[in-house]
Amino acid sequence: MKIKTTLGVAMLSILGAVNGNAMAAEKLTYYCSAQEDWCQLMATGFEEATGIKVNMTRKSSGETLAQLKAEASNPKGDIWWGGTGDPHLQAAEEGLTEVYESPMQGELHPWAIAQAESANNGTIGIYSGALGYGYNEEVLKANNLPEPACWKDLLKPEYKGHVQMANPNSSGTAYTTLATIVQLFGEDEGFEFMKGLHKNINQYTKSGSAPIKAAARGENTIGIVFMHDAVKQAATGFPIKVVAPCEGTGYEIGGMSIVKGARNVENAKKFYDWALAADVQSRSLEVKSFQVMSNKAAKSSPMAPDLSKLTLIDYDFKKYGSKAERTRLLKKWDDEVSVLSQ
Amino acid sequence: MNRTVALWLAVGVIGFCALPWYVLDEGLWSFEWLTGGYPFDTDYAPALFLLLQGEKLWLAPLPVFLLLPLLAVGINSSQKPNQQPAHIGVRQKPGFSYILILAGALGLAYLLVQAFSIGIRGWNAEFLTQVFGELGDRQFGFGYGAMFVSVALLFFLTTGVAARGAVNGDVFIVGAIGFVIALVGMFILFPVLNMLSSAIQDTEGNYSLGVFFSKFFDDKIWGLHCLTENRSCGVAWNSLVLALCVGALTTLLGLVFALVATRSGLRQAHFLRPLTVLPIITPPFVIGLAIILLFGLSGAVTTFVAELIGVNPTRWIYGLPGILIAQLLSFTPIAFLVLIGVVEGVAPSIEEASQTLRASRWQTFRTVSLPLMRPGIANAFLLGFIESMADFGNPLVLGGNYDVLSTEIFFAIVGAQNDQGQAAVLAIVLLIFTLSAFYAQRRWLGKKSYTTQTGKGDSGIPTMLPKRVLWPSYLLVSIWSIFTIVVYGMIVYGGFVEIWGLDHTITLKHYKKAFGVAMTDNGFHFRGAAWDSFWTTLRIAATAAPLTAAVGLVTAYLLVRQNFAGKEAFEFGTMLSFAIPGTVIGVAYIMAFNVPPIELTGTGVILVLSFIFRNMPVGIRAGVASMSQLDKSLDEASLTLGANTWRTFREVILPLMKPAIVAALVFSFVRAMTAISAVIFLVSAEHNMATGYIIGRVENNDYGIAIAYSTVLIIVMLLVVVLTQLLVGKSKVIRRVAQ
Repeated sequence: MKIKTTLGVAMLSILGAVNGNAMAAEKLTYYCSAQEDWCQLMATGFEEATGIKVNMTRKSSGETLAQLKAEASNPKGDIWWGGTGDPHLQAAEEGLTEVYESPMQGELHPWAIAQAESANNGTIGIYSGALGYGYNEEVLKANNLPEPACWKDLLKPEYKGHVQMANPNSSGTAYTTLATIVQLFGEDEGFEFMKGLHKNINQYTKSGSAPIKAAARGENTIGIVFMHDAVKQAATGFPIKVVAPCEGTGYEIGGMSIVKGARNVENAKKFYDWALAADVQSRSLEVKSFQVMSNKAAKSSPMAPDLSKLTLIDYDFKKYGSKAERTRLLKKWDDEVSVLSQ
Repeated sequence: MNRTVALWLAVGVIGFCALPWYVLDEGLWSFEWLTGGYPFDTDYAPALFLLLQGEKLWLAPLPVFLLLPLLAVGINSSQKPNQQPAHIGVRQKPGFSYILILAGALGLAYLLVQAFSIGIRGWNAEFLTQVFGELGDRQFGFGYGAMFVSVALLFFLTTGVAARGAVNGDVFIVGAIGFVIALVGMFILFPVLNMLSSAIQDTEGNYSLGVFFSKFFDDKIWGLHCLTENRSCGVAWNSLVLALCVGALTTLLGLVFALVATRSGLRQAHFLRPLTVLPIITPPFVIGLAIILLFGLSGAVTTFVAELIGVNPTRWIYGLPGILIAQLLSFTPIAFLVLIGVVEGVAPSIEEASQTLRASRWQTFRTVSLPLMRPGIANAFLLGFIESMADFGNPLVLGGNYDVLSTEIFFAIVGAQNDQGQAAVLAIVLLIFTLSAFYAQRRWLGKKSYTTQTGKGDSGIPTMLPKRVLWPSYLLVSIWSIFTIVVYGMIVYGGFVEIWGLDHTITLKHYKKAFGVAMTDNGFHFRGAAWDSFWTTLRIAATAAPLTAAVGLVTAYLLVRQNFAGKEAFEFGTMLSFAIPGTVIGVAYIMAFNVPPIELTGTGVILVLSFIFRNMPVGIRAGVASMSQLDKSLDEASLTLGANTWRTFREVILPLMKPAIVAALVFSFVRAMTAISAVIFLVSAEHNMATGYIIGRVENNDYGIAIAYSTVLIIVMLLVVVLTQLLVGKSKVIRRVAQ
């Protein structure tokens, strides 16, 4: 009995040694930092389009960056798609991403190319979204409040207890807000603005898009968020009105990068090109993602904010994405704004 | 040769020579390695084959330790300790035990030292590189082979210790103790200590106490501004106030429920049990969402009352009131489950004795019944306190600006700050609170005996409650029950409407989207978006539940029934996990098990493990509570009749503990399905749990699917609870029934 088993194992192992390499299937390890259903859509879409098996891991962009660093000597991932651009840029800067110039670049918006150029083609922009706010029309009316249109409107005393934003310490969206205000009004006036806003805030939420979701449910009146998040609530059927502040506003660019030393680098390049194609990017509407996609020909919803009609500030991604500046601003906000009584 | 030693020797040799030494990339249950070049491919090779190929030479000393026990063959006699009553004590020849202890202890030590010194990038520590030079090689985490060898070495050690006469030379008991210690050390102490060490590291990874103190005494943690200005207090105070309220109130409510259920003589009382089970089997968030829809700014109750008394609706629910209400709904049943066992366990004969001595019902209740329920009350308070401290879902949804430790820990890790040191510091604060509560509970219980059930026949009929306790109890129970029914009514309803709270057109679309199935020519397809996480959840919960119950009950048995050196420390170690909130465990696990020697992140195993060690305390508590009510004379009788400890445990103790087993099984299964605090850190795309999926939907403001999914989970868990009850059956403690 024992001998038979041993023999069996030996046979199997010889067979295995012969077949081992031939059996390896085409695959792609895919790190995704966008929302879950969008990640899933991209994974299954790529599998269907190419027959390459996709192993997906969804983590926030900060976590993914940490993972790339940890795995640098033994990369396990192939491609990293989605999530705000700062960590992508940082990864490129630290040499964690592969330089690749996609043949699709000709079809892209200039801001997407600019992202690639600033990182020597170590990353690229796949979508962008502008900051703004949204309000619940019904709640606004019930409280007899005027319709806000500018950033400075939010400082009016009648909005006291009606404005929500995320805590910049925990949310990238809120940090973008802080950085935008500082760039828009200058640091001193910007912080005066944040102090004034603080008086009207009813809650600093943890997650970036929570304020507009609360507004959608009638649990809050005005939420400072990315405009595509507000559009999403409106598209779902909630009475949300989206506002592009009159003074101008900041924005984020979502990134995509190939992992340096990827085991399946050819498949990663296939994914890269595929993900920049117009028809693929148009599918973002299926999962109610209303960001502006980087391919000029990609379809956008009529409800989505048109970036070309907005006054966008010249957002300095390099400076405000750096760890030193981020830490400094957050500390200043902590020390000067969050300690004020409301 | 001693049979026990031979068995573990075989296990060790198989592990070393036949099983892949390192962890498999494809996962624990994949058998790709059998056909992927085994046994020569270095990814799949057993240690023996690695050595033969001249690879990983640092493993070479291990076979020496493994084979060392062969030396004991000659020394050991024909004695077979298992065939003698264990309590008589079997002292073997000293050489035998020394060899085993040496082999086990040195072997384990060497195994761990090499595992922790050499990692993915060669030497793990700077000084090792300096001493030995660049290694130029690396190793991954433990696989099957390493696991088998570790287990073998561990049991060499315990068998050796037993042979020296520890715990009367009882191999089973010493082995069990050693096994539990190893598990607790590996999966509780190691990750927690590992995490705590990151609290004294600055962002560059240098150790510095200054960093720790400046973080620890931060104003955000301990500030008391809420007393003087219109700002919130430090998170530590927030958590403490909340947990004290929740602990006290859930215990009170739980006790009231337990009393009404057992001693009111009320016919309707039996429907209390299913009602109280409901919140336990409810996925997180759901209660919070329902409460928002009732009491939120636009909530039904808030708007109604505001109109009635003519004021503007406010956001009063966000903050302490909201979290408190939600936690009371969620955790009262846990207190109830703990207390019902204890209340039922107080033998009526003692109360009858009190009444025979002319005490009134009230006197009896106050001076006899209530003090006997002390262990239950203390446990219930402790559970409520810790559950509240660890709760994550309710504060997230209802917290407003009332920050608590658990959510702050979470956002320190996943938020934009990504500051593990900060998370560790907050976790330490949390640990200080829970450990203090644990210590206080132990002091309060003291060393009194609460044994009332003996092997001595009939123990009487439970007395009715005195009236002055009964009526307030009824009132409380009714209010709570009505509230629960309303909340659950809303939840079920919420799954069937277009947009909960906005568009109340009846629809089935959420169920279709989540649990749709389709028949095509190719067969049956689970099309719904929820199926994937649903099956994963069922599989993981079903794996974790029996393991949790087993580990918990064995530990309880060791704690209550056995005396051994270092028992106090052992008890503290097992109970430590009791005081560690899930959030902390979650953080500790990702920090500890992301790198070799134990590489588990992203697997299903890490989820199962986290459930076992997170829920083990409940198994232990249930076991301890019910075992301390079983008189020790029962074991002694069995031992006197010649059974050994294993047989006594199996045939005497276990059958009497059926209620505790059912409680542990059901609880750990249900908790595995509804847990969130630890899980949120540990789920991965491949192994997503139902709760992880539900959070995703809630974050997307997609309440419909979240609620529909939750409803399905509730039904599944109800079925499981009922089925387990039927299968395992009720305990057969013989007692008269009131005519």
